[in-house]
Amino acid sequence: MATGTEPQPLTGVHDASRAAIAPRHLRTDRWWLAPAVTAAGLLAFVVYSTWRAFVNDDYYAAPYVSPFYSPCVADNCVPMRGGPNADLIGSWWGLSPALLILIFPLAFRGTCYYYRKAYYRGFWASPPACAVAEPHKKYSGETRFPLIIQNIHRYTFYFALPVAAFLTYDAVLAYRDEHYRWGHMGLGTLVFTVNIVLIWAYTLSCHSCRHIVGGKLRHFSKHPVRYRLWGWAGKLNQHHMLLAWASLISVSLADLYVYFLATGAFDDPRFF
Amino acid sequence: MTQLERQQWDVVVVGAGGAGLRAAIEAREQGARTAVICKSLFGKAHTVMAEGGIAASMGNVNSGDNWQVHFRDTMRGGKFLNQWRMAELHAREAPDRVWELETWGALFDRTADGRISQRNFGGHEYPRLAHVGDRTGLELIRTLQQKIVSLQQDDKREFGDYEARLKVFQECTVTRVLKEDDRVSGAFCYERESGRFFVLEAPAVVLATGGIGKSFKVTSNSWEYTGDGHALALLAGAPLLNMEFVQFHPTGMVWPPSVKGILVTESVRGDGGVLRNSDGKRFMFDYVPDVFKEKYAESEEEGDRWYEDPDHNRRPPELLPRDEVARAINSEVKAGRGSPHGGVFLDVSTRMPAEVIRRRLPSMHHQFKELADVDITVEPMEVGPTCHYVMGGIAVESDTAAARGVPGLFAAGEVAGGMHGSNRLGGNSLSDLLVFGRRAGLHAAEYASALAGARPAVDEAQVDLAAAEALRPFSAEPQEGAAPENPYTLHQELQQAMNDLVGIIRRDAEMRQALEKLAELRVRARRAGVEGHRQFNPGWHLALDLRNMLLVSECVARAALERTESRGGHTREDWPAMDRSWRRANLLCRLADPTEGLAATDPVRGQIRLVREETEPIRADLLALFEKEELVKYLAEEELYE
Amino acid sequence: MTTYDASFRVWRGDTGGGALEDFKVEVNEGEVVLDIIHRLQATQVPDLAVRWNCKAGKCGSCSAEINGRPRLMCMTRMSVFSHEETITVTPLRAFPVVRDLVTDVSFNYQKAREVPAFVPPKGVAAGEYRMQQVDVERSQEFRKCIECFLCQDTCHVVRDHEENKGAFAGPRFLMRIAELDMHPLDAADETGLDRKRTAQDEHGLGYCNITKCCTEVCPEHIKITDNALIPLKERAVDRKYDPLVWLGNKIGRRSGS
Repeated sequence: MATGTEPQPLTGVHDASRAAIAPRHLRTDRWWLAPAVTAAGLLAFVVYSTWRAFVNDDYYAAPYVSPFYSPCVADNCVPMRGGPNADLIGSWWGLSPALLILIFPLAFRGTCYYYRKAYYRGFWASPPACAVAEPHKKYSGETRFPLIIQNIHRYTFYFALPVAAFLTYDAVLAYRDEHYRWGHMGLGTLVFTVNIVLIWAYTLSCHSCRHIVGGKLRHFSKHPVRYRLWGWAGKLNQHHMLLAWASLISVSLADLYVYFLATGAFDDPRFF
Repeated sequence: MTQLERQQWDVVVVGAGGAGLRAAIEAREQGARTAVICKSLFGKAHTVMAEGGIAASMGNVNSGDNWQVHFRDTMRGGKFLNQWRMAELHAREAPDRVWELETWGALFDRTADGRISQRNFGGHEYPRLAHVGDRTGLELIRTLQQKIVSLQQDDKREFGDYEARLKVFQECTVTRVLKEDDRVSGAFCYERESGRFFVLEAPAVVLATGGIGKSFKVTSNSWEYTGDGHALALLAGAPLLNMEFVQFHPTGMVWPPSVKGILVTESVRGDGGVLRNSDGKRFMFDYVPDVFKEKYAESEEEGDRWYEDPDHNRRPPELLPRDEVARAINSEVKAGRGSPHGGVFLDVSTRMPAEVIRRRLPSMHHQFKELADVDITVEPMEVGPTCHYVMGGIAVESDTAAARGVPGLFAAGEVAGGMHGSNRLGGNSLSDLLVFGRRAGLHAAEYASALAGARPAVDEAQVDLAAAEALRPFSAEPQEGAAPENPYTLHQELQQAMNDLVGIIRRDAEMRQALEKLAELRVRARRAGVEGHRQFNPGWHLALDLRNMLLVSECVARAALERTESRGGHTREDWPAMDRSWRRANLLCRLADPTEGLAATDPVRGQIRLVREETEPIRADLLALFEKEELVKYLAEEELYE
Repeated sequence: MTTYDASFRVWRGDTGGGALEDFKVEVNEGEVVLDIIHRLQATQVPDLAVRWNCKAGKCGSCSAEINGRPRLMCMTRMSVFSHEETITVTPLRAFPVVRDLVTDVSFNYQKAREVPAFVPPKGVAAGEYRMQQVDVERSQEFRKCIECFLCQDTCHVVRDHEENKGAFAGPRFLMRIAELDMHPLDAADETGLDRKRTAQDEHGLGYCNITKCCTEVCPEHIKITDNALIPLKERAVDRKYDPLVWLGNKIGRRSGS
């Protein structure tokens, strides 16, 4: 993207051909608020999730497993009865098993068209807000390495689907009590149910999903079913930003909920 | 001799609206090197304001439609004053012109079987208007613009230069058509951005500059509509035809004041909107004139049924031709039954679900929301008449669009007269642009190529005079103690006078008063002075446009005073009836004395001389398309028995 | 009707320089910023240069920046400002200035020429075109564009980086490519023109980092980013970033694209 940072580059709005106006922008509204809130929110999540991913503890409290640790593909996980233990890579892995699986949702969200906007604006100030000059001397956008990799978003969507399927499985398991008896619900069940709905809504509202189900077609009239799917994906897609935030918060809350239960700070209120 | 840039072209098209661009495309495709010159940026022409659609009898929605029906509707709308040959060509060729747009990339709204959808409009017997929501003009201009770009891309491939055979001079103005003897030799122009003068040498000039609405205070027209082409033709010695016919569109916005006059599309009524007065009454039922009695519903119930079942019911009178509706609104307001801001109510909110309104009338919804803070899905609009279109214009040969008496001068679109008679039907404007734009381009290119090497030369004396005339506002000096005049003030006074004295309802004494006022303004306009320099100076541009507005305003006032009847876009309070003996009469305006300059101050004599002329009889096979009983209402006895 | 005097700051100058000048000017109920600029012309500065045309939000001529935000002057109502506020009006800051509020927008006309035109299908005569409404609706949304060039002005790719103007078509003309690629009858493929690939290779689609300012400023409320640019990026992915092809190609030559 950009290399140097200089406060007043003589390009852009200060190029000699443009109207001679000294300020970088003339906006009078609180344009800085949105990127500041975005950056703060994203930063909070990064700090929290990094800590939780590396800590390798307090992620299981029957019947709930933290979404950060599911599915567990190494053999160093706590056994979760009926749960997402899927030892694929064996015992050589010594770090937190969360790291193995978080890569996928991280890649999905990291290349997501909404999150890209959010962090390009919030962290990289490229641009900080509309019609506010950015502080970078050069800009090549997503034309070359590394940002050209953003084009893999579609494949991260494919990988996000099985992860969401596992989390669905976990949410179903949450309809057990702590003794693994079916047909029970607690506050955690509710947290997990809301979370999985939001995860799916976010995943299916993805721009790549909208493209794959129908957007790539030239003649909708020849594919009525895909046209309808495209319409639904489009309706969800209009709320992509909202769903991105809502599911980010819900997944963190689900993890935090398990953490509280596992550390004994809190008991899961059971409904029945 | 003035030193300035000169370029040689085969055809110069003045104006880049629908007619100008269509003419340029045709001329270029005929092989002529073509220049287009326009006052605004390329693609901003007033055509973008057209909303409803393009009338063409494709018969996609009702297969009963054909060119003969379209021809009949056009003649009825124009009260039989139309140049019948133009109306015939228009009706015959409009479908081809619309279909051809699709091959250039236009995307009209579709019928269920994939054809171009067509909508109802005032005065059209069948659904006939090809449209894209309510932004058809934008689609038209963009399609033509993109076709021009595509021709330029061809030239780039062939010659390495986009502008080798087709160039657009945007933000430039033509102030004089140059001639050698009686033939066109070029155009004198200035670039608005720099104020630089230049000459385009060309044997053929197509005028496609649109209308004259900026001479009126309440108008739907943009700033460009200063009658430039009308004035250029007059100054070049060509006559203008039937300038008294000015269409006041019945529905313009009336509030807030700053947007007064902005158009509210007729599609609002075509799609089901109704007009009500302050008593809540659908008053249009009281205003159906005798000539239209059999064609329009007599009750609200019948009118409402027509939208669903047009074959067994008659249309509601809200869909009468524009002149009838405009006069009706005017009468209601005068009778004290108007809306709070001096209009009447146009309501769709009680007629269609909100979501249908938003889909079918998106730009109207947007326009009222943004400009008047009115949500048309829940409350009625307030509307009133607004100056919209001039039916009069340059007198042209019907088949070739050639201006009469000036070889090499052509005219198409609103600037040309005759096609619409005394009143234009909605939707017939866009089709007019395409049909006659193409014909003008075709015949201009043929004319230019037939001349081969024997082209008229540019007369240096004319160039010097044109340059001096254009520079005069910078050297305006106080005369006899009077200070230089502000061109903006002069313009406002002109607009007020035309609006009040030669407006929708006309009276003898007021029009005489208007001629006095115009004479006064002519004198003062000679003292119009401007500040600053020639670079993008709007004050200077306006000072130059004033000459044109004063000329065409005088044409309108003089012809209106002369025609002692009411017909279409010309309503006389003192002569309220249509007079069959006037049907064959055309009024031609010519410059009174081209050699004496333009300062003639005598209001009686003025700058314009009127000539009355009798039209050619309508061809028998065309007359046979009408019932005898109908013809009796329009044609004089002797015409009927010819 | 309420009338008050508003404080305006209008940039006046040309290529040689200029400055914001202060004015006091009358404002009446229901007026828009363009009305006020016209009042300044008629009463205080007759040679104030401003470009305008329809004054109804349909032609896209009166683009300017009002309090730092790219907007149409004719569609910005005075009622959105408080009576005390000073309203700053400047020319578009992404294009070369000509004079006062008028800028040289030829960049956009240059870019328009670089997008290959609609290719009519072979063997389908005029009048024989059949298209379904659902198939034309996407392109119709893009054809609502009034070419005000506010999106081109606000896009930081060229606004903040003059040097990118050569390589980047800008949102308006990338949207034009999307419009043609979604046109149900465009026959570019048959002539060997791959609009999806050229969007990235020749028109700079990769410069777009989808920060959505184009969508924010669009007076026609066209969803430029979600409906044109992102779908176009996905279409380019269809062509160029199939994973296996991508691995082979991209890691090898990272600088080209």
